Amino acid sequence: MISSHLPILLVVVPLIAAPVMVILRSGAAAWVLAIAVSWAALAISGALFVQVAGGGHVSYFLGSWPAPWGIEYRVDVVNAYLALLVGVVAAVVSVYSPRSVLAEIEPGRRYLFYTMYALCLSGLLGIAVTGDAFNLFVFLEISSLSSYVLIALGRDRRALMAAYQYLILGTIGATFYVIGVGMLYLATGTLNLADMAARLAGVSEPRAVLAALAFITVGVSLKLALFPLHLWLPNAYAYAPSAVTAFLAATATKVSVYVLLRYYYSVFGGSTVFHALPMGEILLVFSLAAMFIASTIAIFQENVKRMFAYSSVAQIGYITLGVALASMTGLTAGLVHVFNHALTKGALFLLLGGIALRAGAMRFGSIGGIGRVMPLTCFGIVLGGLSLIGVPATVGFVSKWYLVQAALERGSPWIAFAVVASSLLALVYVWRFIEVAYFREPDARVSALREAPASMLVPAWALIAACIYFGIDTDLTLGGAAAAAWELIRGPQ
Amino acid sequence: MTFASHYGYWVTIFLAIAGLYIVVARGNLVKKLVGLSIFQTSVYLLYIAPGKLIGGTAPIVADGFQVYSNPLPHVLILTAIVVGIATLALGLALVVRIKEAYGSIEEDEILAAERGD
Amino acid sequence: MTPETAILGAIAVPLLGAALIGAAHRVPDLREAVTLVTAVALFLLVATLAPGVLAGARPAAHVAEVMPGIDLAFRVEPLGMLFALVSSGLWIVNSLYSIGYMRGNREAHQTRYYVCFAAALASTMGIAFAGNLFTLFLFYEALTLVTYPLVTHHGTDEARRAGRLYIGVLVGTSIVFLLVAIIWTWAITGTIEFEPGGILAGSASNATVGLLLALYVFGIGKAAVMPVHRWLPAAMVAPTPVSALLHAVAVVKAGAFAVVKVVVYVFGVEAISGLASVDWLPFIAGFTVIAASIVALRSDDLKRRLAYSTVSQLSYVVLAAALLTPLSVIGAALHIATHALGKITLFFCAGAIYTAAHKSRVSELDGIGRHMPWTMAAFTVGALSLIGVPPAAGFVSKWFIISGALQAGHYPAVAVFIASTLLNAAYFLPIVHAAFFRRGPEDAHAAHGEAPWPMVAATTATAAATIALFFVADLPLALARQLSFGPAG
Repeated sequence: MISSHLPILLVVVPLIAAPVMVILRSGAAAWVLAIAVSWAALAISGALFVQVAGGGHVSYFLGSWPAPWGIEYRVDVVNAYLALLVGVVAAVVSVYSPRSVLAEIEPGRRYLFYTMYALCLSGLLGIAVTGDAFNLFVFLEISSLSSYVLIALGRDRRALMAAYQYLILGTIGATFYVIGVGMLYLATGTLNLADMAARLAGVSEPRAVLAALAFITVGVSLKLALFPLHLWLPNAYAYAPSAVTAFLAATATKVSVYVLLRYYYSVFGGSTVFHALPMGEILLVFSLAAMFIASTIAIFQENVKRMFAYSSVAQIGYITLGVALASMTGLTAGLVHVFNHALTKGALFLLLGGIALRAGAMRFGSIGGIGRVMPLTCFGIVLGGLSLIGVPATVGFVSKWYLVQAALERGSPWIAFAVVASSLLALVYVWRFIEVAYFREPDARVSALREAPASMLVPAWALIAACIYFGIDTDLTLGGAAAAAWELIRGPQ
Repeated sequence: MTFASHYGYWVTIFLAIAGLYIVVARGNLVKKLVGLSIFQTSVYLLYIAPGKLIGGTAPIVADGFQVYSNPLPHVLILTAIVVGIATLALGLALVVRIKEAYGSIEEDEILAAERGD
Repeated sequence: MTPETAILGAIAVPLLGAALIGAAHRVPDLREAVTLVTAVALFLLVATLAPGVLAGARPAAHVAEVMPGIDLAFRVEPLGMLFALVSSGLWIVNSLYSIGYMRGNREAHQTRYYVCFAAALASTMGIAFAGNLFTLFLFYEALTLVTYPLVTHHGTDEARRAGRLYIGVLVGTSIVFLLVAIIWTWAITGTIEFEPGGILAGSASNATVGLLLALYVFGIGKAAVMPVHRWLPAAMVAPTPVSALLHAVAVVKAGAFAVVKVVVYVFGVEAISGLASVDWLPFIAGFTVIAASIVALRSDDLKRRLAYSTVSQLSYVVLAAALLTPLSVIGAALHIATHALGKITLFFCAGAIYTAAHKSRVSELDGIGRHMPWTMAAFTVGALSLIGVPPAAGFVSKWFIISGALQAGHYPAVAVFIASTLLNAAYFLPIVHAAFFRRGPEDAHAAHGEAPWPMVAATTATAAATIALFFVADLPLALARQLSFGPAG
């Protein structure tokens, strides 16, 4: 009975939790509810993934209004893969958050933090499962608005400006998306994604469709921080509370990648977008720019979190590179890196949160020698860094392998060399952290620090362990990505 | 179809570009939000204007009428207006907090205060 | 004890040892005992595989399928068997030596040192027994990462800079060249398993084969073919037992091993001999041999001289493999073993001289033979081995290499070998002469005698083994023969 309502439950459970948290007004109750909701989301998304992993899809009609008049939630292996990812990250971050929230957020605001967290979770899951274009916009804005609040709750006053900048750019992005949807609606007369795909074939005025594609691409690219539309990301990640950075870094941009892929393959059609139009080449240029320029900027950052934030921009470049290569291997590479990077960056930001908790500062100048006093945290960061570089037996390696393979299959070995050369840039900034953490003499302040608390280390190390485990047993991640890629390339059925 | 018969779209384009220009060109945080709102308003027009069909009546089924205006864009835009209000409210709340933290709501002054970081 | 268990045990035992060493941090004697016991256990484990391989068996072990078609799997073949025997055997000696050195010099962070050492040996076993390119690459990278704390052991600015060069060159070349070569091989052949006779036959054009060979050779930075050799002299900043590990036991040997393995099992000796696109390799390797020898000749710092000598000797192996004749491949395999023995002896001597006399420059060694007779006698043996003079083991491998060059009719290679033999003599024999036949300044060596006994014992053992190998070369020779001629040998 419940199993038939899984798609809507995925969204509704966190959504209801939010006002309940406001009513209860207690930070502790809110935290318990947040963990319950996150683990429920993991369970539901896991169940959905199992249901659709073999192919096929689950449809849910809101209010029993049939498509295309009503809003349809349509879950196939692509959405389920993303929803599972969001569920995993939410489950881990929710367990991690109480300790860091205790340190970083004032007592009076803690329940509000969890309220916004629940709303953000609901929004992200909604984006993942919905099959309606405008409904997607609604959830996009729910998740975005709650993200702005979450970021603004950071300790540093620069978090406010970062949130404001993100608000401006994010709203412009969402509005561009709405313009695109508007044009598609005017051309096809429907908002249901599957129906839109069917009707686009018969559209007599292709210019509107082309314009819609452009607007949607730009709008979603702002959300996914594709270079050069990434300007909001470094500050937002650097100054937000630790749990927020980890959560957003692992989910928000990844879900936006899904939106892009859903439109490119399931609505417009892969052959139109990548063969009739030069979208592959355009994405290729921006991806390569992201990989090299963002990695280079990362090397010169003074703030550790900001360095890893720029690293995220570069890693998103790898994901879009996989998309740009537009082959089965390339799309699999992009999708598997969505999962792998989420695991890696989630783990890294959780560990950095441990340093933020103990040391207070996140500047390289203030954490010299910290490897000696916080050995578990720093060793975890080293392992995460190795995954960013793409050392074998880590998840990062699997993504890199498939990217290089996709480039070679396309007959473009120079792209393969670009992928590995940019890994060397990652080597430089990861090694910078290693040298600061292990080779400098700790000053008096650093020597007095203790290791991060277990409630933070355990979830962070769970993700690090996942980075290593899924680097060796890739059935789930690679299998899911390949199934999703196949589902996308196959096109609407 | 002439230039004049598409005046709805021309107004939309003008509002959109004006809104974006204000966001980019003005350093005052509140003015940026004003520009953002204008930009979002243009989108409302983009949806609603085509919904009204020439010769169409209100969307209530009645005998003798064959052409009805489309109610769906109105519904969509109601949602979008709500989203826009929420965004604006959130943005203004942030501006209030920024004023408290920095003593100014001019972007260049705020950036100058953080320079060297 | 099935062969499969032995293979997996060869990786697991050093790792377990590393964990136990870390646990025994507070009891140094127990900690050192764990190292020695683990080293002996590893050697015995590896030795159990030898009879099977000699008889023609190729035991295998499969761990996991990492990506579709790409496994983490092991397969023991003659070259890997030889490499594993040499490395695990030398670990025992190196551990004994390390104990003497670390205590004699009162080094800090000894637990970290022994832990990383054990992990390095685990990685080395993984490289030796790798059944496909992915497994090789995984343990190759692991070896680089695990030896980084060893290279930067002293934690000084100089160590940090050397570490950067070490990681930068080795990880850089492996990611940019080697990984691309592996994935490219996978893309064009559909397999990355090691097969006798190679896997590229028929799948790649001649130009592609040449390009792939370049990517492999320069990607295997541990083989130190110029210009990717700079990490080697930079790594001399490490304590001497680490240098011994790097140069003799594991790191460079892993590089040389990987080059030979790729040439024999990925390209196939017969498959690529005669192709014009692979002609450049003997010349690059030959250039490295001569150029490195010249730099060695002009170095006064003893460890630097030994480092460049290693660069030169590694390219012996690359050059021998590149000649693509059965005899030269035998020579390449044997040279991995003989050079290991000779070089480790020389490094042990260098460390002994540093510990006992606090001297590190060749010009300071006049008359030291009188005060450190055992050490300098061992040095003489090592030098003779590297020059290639009987009754030292180096003569055996050099014999096969030069025979292979003659078999291939590659007279420039023959010239390179003859020239480098003369150069080796030029930079080793003067040291021997100065140590025994010159009289140093009166006060220079008065205060010291021999090095601590563990170091002398280890040095003497390797020197003796160098001579013994000359007389009893059956086992390495049998394994090397199987490499060229198959299980029939």
